[in-house]
Amino acid sequence: MTVESRAAHGSGARKTATAPRKKAARPARRGGGRSTGGAAGAMVQLLTPEGERVEHPDYSLDITDDELRGLYRDMVLSRRFDAEATALQRQGELGLWPSLLGQEAAQIGSARALRPDDYVFPTYREHGVAWCRGVDPQMLLGMFRGVNHGGWDPNTNNFHLYTIVIGSQVLHATGYAMGVAKDGSDAAVLAYFGDGASSQGDVAEAFTFSAVYNAPVVFFCQNNQWAISEPTERQTRVPLYQRAQGYGFPGVRVDGNDVLAVLAVTRAAAEHARSGQGPMLVEAFTYRMGAHTTSDDPTRYRPDDELAVWEARDPILRLRRHLERLGAADAAFFTALDEESDALARRVREAIRTMPDPDPMAAFEHVYADGHTLVDEERAQYAAYLASFADHAEEN
Amino acid sequence: MAERLPLAKAVNAALRTALDADPKVLVMGEDVGKLGGVFRVTDGLQKDFGEDRVIDTPLAESGIIGTAIGLALRGYRPVTEIQFDGFVFPAYDQIVTQLAKMHARALGKIRLPVVVRIPFGGGIGAVEHHSESPEALFAHVAGLKIVAPSNAHDAYWMLRQAIECDDPVIFFEPKARYWDKGDVDTDGIPGPLHAARVVREGTDLTLLAYGPTVKTALAAAEAAADEGTSLEVVDMRSVSPIDFDTIQRSVEKTGRLVVAHEAPVFFGSGAEIAARITERCFYHLEAPVLRVGGFHAPYPPARIEEDYLPGLDRVLDGVDRALAY
Repeated sequence: MTVESRAAHGSGARKTATAPRKKAARPARRGGGRSTGGAAGAMVQLLTPEGERVEHPDYSLDITDDELRGLYRDMVLSRRFDAEATALQRQGELGLWPSLLGQEAAQIGSARALRPDDYVFPTYREHGVAWCRGVDPQMLLGMFRGVNHGGWDPNTNNFHLYTIVIGSQVLHATGYAMGVAKDGSDAAVLAYFGDGASSQGDVAEAFTFSAVYNAPVVFFCQNNQWAISEPTERQTRVPLYQRAQGYGFPGVRVDGNDVLAVLAVTRAAAEHARSGQGPMLVEAFTYRMGAHTTSDDPTRYRPDDELAVWEARDPILRLRRHLERLGAADAAFFTALDEESDALARRVREAIRTMPDPDPMAAFEHVYADGHTLVDEERAQYAAYLASFADHAEEN
Repeated sequence: MAERLPLAKAVNAALRTALDADPKVLVMGEDVGKLGGVFRVTDGLQKDFGEDRVIDTPLAESGIIGTAIGLALRGYRPVTEIQFDGFVFPAYDQIVTQLAKMHARALGKIRLPVVVRIPFGGGIGAVEHHSESPEALFAHVAGLKIVAPSNAHDAYWMLRQAIECDDPVIFFEPKARYWDKGDVDTDGIPGPLHAARVVREGTDLTLLAYGPTVKTALAAAEAAADEGTSLEVVDMRSVSPIDFDTIQRSVEKTGRLVVAHEAPVFFGSGAEIAARITERCFYHLEAPVLRVGGFHAPYPPARIEEDYLPGLDRVLDGVDRALAY
């Protein structure tokens, strides 16, 4: 962080004019002919659905073939893991699964824009982000199998626990970012949330707090068009990225199915935050190709033709076309990746089937850090109750 | 060093000591800075510790608690202020679904040392939402600790202990007692944060109270003594956990228990105490455990709040009913 940017950081309310701004207007892409939240908004794109590289005046990206293959690998493995988890739910191994299908570019592109010392606050669908942060995929299954409510140490990978209550974590991210600024660190904090969460008061309050304290937080909204059965029109009359303007920080809409554009825009947003310029909102315009969760039935509310429109914009297919255009990946690469995917799926399947149920007494653990006499009393009573069955068995 | 201070100044002294001792301690809330809080509890703190340590927040209670959670995750120890009891509800979701549960969700890997200070209770002639006693709504939630000091000395030490605690603590301050002076011994060694205390010895009946009602209970014991009845007064101090051992010892001695609190009696903390003490002391009880408190009605307009609050006469009526068995 430069001296100038530290000064800006300390000054709190200073707003700079160096934020990435849209110059060239581009017609908004529309989801299956539906309106997507009011007026059309320009959208950053670096890769067409046909896999052709295009330039954008504000968001350039130098990327090696090796890095392109890495992004492709991340997306393919995330999708394979997700498909396996969906299958495991259907087979009764998981109680529920929220699929990320279709959102791989939004997740991989944003997560790969971050440094290890940045901190991520996910909602409950960020399996691809978790993958990029180095969280073992099988750790994500515990809460959906019902053996814990999260369970991983958030500080190991700077990846917070999944949060189920919509939008709550956006405030946590903001508070964490306020702490980052107090510490004089140049880390950035990334808060994931969805188009539905944008209606929550907590998200609005997070925008307010981050703006007035100039907190280094990137609000990363994955607008996947649907909040269970509620379309984006039920959340907003203006494109979501435009909300930022009213709070006094920049907002930008990026093609969320374009991993390169997401990478470039998120990098810029993170740099905006870490250089002391405060928060920024990124709206990744994408699509949830599956159901909200395995309990949902999108055929009851989604137009039939909508999925086909978005399948044509498939984020993985798009990068594959680009790799093939460049000649940056050969058949051996794709074959090896298929094998790696299958191996990952086998590992996850094996892990879930050997995942032990917690001991019933685990319910009493970690309720309090410093203990609580009522928990101690109930733990002892329940242990005695369980032990009474053992005594009875011995008597017989 | 013992000093005679109003309860509000004792809270201020505790915050000052904590801010001084640990750079990670933050004070945050609406109007806590330049104004010093609407009760002046945080008076002078921002001047001495700066805007980065004593933080005026936007008017958003969920935002105060939600960002305090994030700050705690970053290693800070935020002491938040909710301006009045009835205004905590916009933050209730963050407190109940996030603050209370995050330590368990992470299997103990993270800690949430957040204090939520709430001036609570009635008797100050306020408009609606400024006089409520919502402690039972928090006590029902695992993961929170809840305390309510009744005097200046406890206010000082219990707040310091709450700030040092690695668990989230809801700290209910008896706003009607903010101006009551008491001796505060800042050099002494405090007792356990969650211990109840016998504040007046007696033999005929145990009167249990906490927060603002302790003063009423002591006045009732004084009045009863004039009539020849010996009441033992126990200051519960902590609502979660509750020190049932101390209450039990007192009830085994007196054989009778009356619980007084300002919150509505229905599903209030008195109900939990009555149930547990009946289990523990069934063969010692000479009368059912009786409760005196607020009605199952919204907190009334100020002109009739004295009828709603468990004042001296209603507490003594409860004592008479218990003694009549």
